[in-house]
Amino acid sequence: MAEAAVRCLRDGRLDGEHAPALAMEGSLQCCPLAAGAMLHVAAALASQVVSGKAQARGVVIVAFDHSPEVYLDFIRRRGLDSKALDRCVRILDCYSDPLGWKQKIQNQPHQERNRKQLSTKKENVAVFRNVKDVKMLMNSITELGGGFQGEGKLYFSVAVDSISSMLRHASVPSISGLLSNLRSHDQVSSIFWLVHSDLHEPKVPRAFECLSTMVVCVEPALVDPACGESSGTMSFLEQNYTKAKFIFRLKRRNGRVKHFFEEIHVEGNDVKFISAPSINTEVSQSLLPKVHFNLELSEKERSDRANVVLPFEHQGKGEPIRIYDGRRSLPELQQDPNLSTLSLVDEIKSTKSGTSKGEIHYIRDSDDEQLDSDEDPDDDLDI
Amino acid sequence: MEECGGGDLLSEAMGSGARVVLVEDCVEAPAAFVLHLLLKRAFAGAGAAVFLALSQPFSHYDRILRKMGCNLSLHRRSERLHFFELQAFPGKQSLFYLVLFGLEKLSCNYYLVRCHFICFFAAGGAKEASITDSFVRLYSQIQRVVETNWTGENAGKFIIMIDDISLLEVAAHGSVNDVLDFLHYCVTLTSEMNCSLVILIHEDIYSSEENMGLLVHLRYIADLVIKAAPLSTGLAADVHGQLSVVNKCVFSEQRSKVQKVWNFHFKMKENGAEFFYPGSRR
Repeated sequence: MAEAAVRCLRDGRLDGEHAPALAMEGSLQCCPLAAGAMLHVAAALASQVVSGKAQARGVVIVAFDHSPEVYLDFIRRRGLDSKALDRCVRILDCYSDPLGWKQKIQNQPHQERNRKQLSTKKENVAVFRNVKDVKMLMNSITELGGGFQGEGKLYFSVAVDSISSMLRHASVPSISGLLSNLRSHDQVSSIFWLVHSDLHEPKVPRAFECLSTMVVCVEPALVDPACGESSGTMSFLEQNYTKAKFIFRLKRRNGRVKHFFEEIHVEGNDVKFISAPSINTEVSQSLLPKVHFNLELSEKERSDRANVVLPFEHQGKGEPIRIYDGRRSLPELQQDPNLSTLSLVDEIKSTKSGTSKGEIHYIRDSDDEQLDSDEDPDDDLDI
Repeated sequence: MEECGGGDLLSEAMGSGARVVLVEDCVEAPAAFVLHLLLKRAFAGAGAAVFLALSQPFSHYDRILRKMGCNLSLHRRSERLHFFELQAFPGKQSLFYLVLFGLEKLSCNYYLVRCHFICFFAAGGAKEASITDSFVRLYSQIQRVVETNWTGENAGKFIIMIDDISLLEVAAHGSVNDVLDFLHYCVTLTSEMNCSLVILIHEDIYSSEENMGLLVHLRYIADLVIKAAPLSTGLAADVHGQLSVVNKCVFSEQRSKVQKVWNFHFKMKENGAEFFYPGSRR
């Protein structure tokens, strides 16, 4: 469901709403994979931006954990040429010199500077030298984001890698203030960040989850039952460094929370995802006991089962299909008085008085449906 | 990491490409020998090193490495080894010294051995500022050494070695943040200058929940973790402990699956160590 997460980030904000925010969490047991997932999302969003499908015109990456080259190389490997990269990706480099030590050393008067300039100055990388100043950080991010080319209102997306490194220099309230300021900034299209959950008390990642609309947890594929670092855990470790669970939680605007999960693994230089169902069948095939009778349904049996009308469901037999979704708007009520609860009660009363036989009135709940596909981004809008 | 004259299990497990190596040990199984081995290999491969020694004086390392066939004094004279002797005297509550011997290169291109005495005053903000300042100073010296040694042909053969980080934390009056800032700058050197950083940490000091800070951070920073532990099955006459090597670099050029986690036994000898798989020896 990494795709769905990227899609939400791509679609950006609606008028009068805060920007969608994605919080990614990883622990030490699978930390390279969490970092990989972060790189993947950043690269996928950048390629959407380059192709013009996204609301944002550019991505600002606030880099604490890796050098800017790591991001640029990864995005480049996804097939973006350097021209598009220069146009759509800006990196605020908080990695190279977060506290300004290097500048201080360079400015020492008695030193002869014959240093070879190794890091050739890049146009789309800005070095930030005082990470303790959160206000200045906010200004630098919005300044970088305002520099993208384009017409009309210019949106940009923000990636922060990682919050944990920021928290070494600033307090939780100031960082959450920064994030919510960014979310409500009218030029920010979407924002996502990475937190290393085991570096903090449990309440800290929770606090950042509350600020987000989507949460991704990268969890170890196998959890060690002994839960210790004894030598017996080696085979577990090997497994956990090759793949991990990618759990995606999406908070809809109406408050409904959806869970998805996928498997993430690394292939060569790239991050790949396998959707969960294939794993499930694999597991069920191998885990089901071998028995003489058939536990699985055949295709025909499955379609037959789908066609059975449940005894309490009268729907579709000439009567209009009603689905209750708990949030009818008022004008609709007036148009269709049949659906108001009052008239329903009347109906029940009348049938009760008319005939002696009992009847169950059942209105299917919208939540009973199969999980809707994520193709329609407007399905949860109250228009 | 550049490996030369290797061919044993440890170098096979370490592979190449790991820039930040964390060596964890405990009282029952010290892993200082891993540092000695890596140091020896670096010099055998025509590399150079910066050594931050907090736990032992120079003569200690010199004696051990000499038995292994590597003359540290010679390397020090030829400026391939830059030895920072950071002997920490436990603070007398009010005063704390960090003695810092360093080779400082002056602008007129000649070397002068200088001795720095940095005083830490254990009084409020002054203490905090002076700790940070001395870390900045230490870092600037390391950076200078790395830069002067950075030439085309030996790029990537430079090692920064810290023995050990727990004592650096003590020297910083337990301020984990200062140590981590300093380490972060050393890590940026590894990616800018293509050198490697080897850190020794005593893992058992950080076993309690609330004290995990530095260890967990280091595990996040590291590309490769080497952990020494006593033999899990008990004592044995000819096995001195076991090493586990975890390679955390996930991205690799080759498509084939590389073994990430290694586990083998070691036996210490006078002139080095021997590595072997469990049960592969008589």
